[in-house]
Amino acid sequence: MTDLESKLRGLVRTGPEDASAGAARRTLDRAVSEGLADVCYASLDSPLGPLLAATTRRGVVQLAYEDGQRDALLERLAARLSPRVIESSAPMDDLRRQLEEYFAGERRQFQLELDWELTSSFGRRVLGHTARVPYGQVITYGEVAQRAGSPRGARAAGNALGANPMPIIVPCHRVLRTGGDLGGYGGGLSRKLYLLELEGSLLSC
Amino acid sequence: MSSLPPFQRFLDEHRADVWRFLVAGVGAAEAEDCFQETFLAALRAYPRVRPDSNLRAWVLTIAHRKVLDAHRARGRRPLPVPDIAERQGAQAPGPGPDGAGPGPDGPWPGPDGELWAAVGSLPPKQRAAVLLRCAGDLSHSQVSAALGCSEEAARRSFHEGLKRLREVYVT
Repeated sequence: MTDLESKLRGLVRTGPEDASAGAARRTLDRAVSEGLADVCYASLDSPLGPLLAATTRRGVVQLAYEDGQRDALLERLAARLSPRVIESSAPMDDLRRQLEEYFAGERRQFQLELDWELTSSFGRRVLGHTARVPYGQVITYGEVAQRAGSPRGARAAGNALGANPMPIIVPCHRVLRTGGDLGGYGGGLSRKLYLLELEGSLLSC
Repeated sequence: MSSLPPFQRFLDEHRADVWRFLVAGVGAAEAEDCFQETFLAALRAYPRVRPDSNLRAWVLTIAHRKVLDAHRARGRRPLPVPDIAERQGAQAPGPGPDGAGPGPDGPWPGPDGELWAAVGSLPPKQRAAVLLRCAGDLSHSQVSAALGCSEEAARRSFHEGLKRLREVYVT
């Protein structure tokens, strides 16, 4: 390779000032307003650490504890939903506000459109019944399984709850073991405990 | 099976290169429009891209097409009379048959400013071949696909461009 060629190769990196960040931002705003984004995501702050929120045209499709897994979570969304995944917080405004109110103790129920695309049909039944457990109350794995039409499926229900793509919004933290044992939680038991304390449910179990 | 990266990551990885490629192709003033058109076109087509494709070559090929579009639009745009006179007076390095633009707006501050300006002064085919091959790191066959010409012609444009650069720019 000649000297000139290698200089030319370096040119793209050392050329005019890179103003692409702003241009990219404006491009994505246009993409969202033209409906070209299949999945939008944003990182939301919470007392339990950053949450990765994702929405589709149908509604919230994922809310996940980031825990340093942001890239892997996004790859999974691209593989399972659509590779047209872009960062945009505009579709997240409602969710962000409701989460803030929830963590401030001012909201007892989420009013959001949900997209169940990331759940199996059994998972959806289990999570659907879980979503109906009121704030401040708890239920057992066995009861949820029964309501989902699978009376002996406490373990299967536990697995479905563990795969909950929208924790907090779909309150799988309200599902405990018979006898009041906390059971498990995808985001770690300390978070489950935090949420139950926030809702004032710990004394009742 | 490998799958496509999330579009956001693809955009973040290639946006700086595309930006500079476009500044070299149409000038800083029009780069933003071309940039938006490039990535919106890429976003529309993205799910149909094969996961094992060279995404960088792909997006630079789209960017190149947007550069040609911009030059065509500029050719059609009515110009004030004195401007036309000026253009006719300034033939070298001159608009080519498919409408050369003025290239970059001027030398950039920095060590490579002159080289950058020299690239901008090349005729469009040569400039595209040089930029795609060197700056974009595309193979001759990828360059030929981007330019819509034979591999032989792409190779020739590249070498003619390099030759011309050596004349106007001494390393």
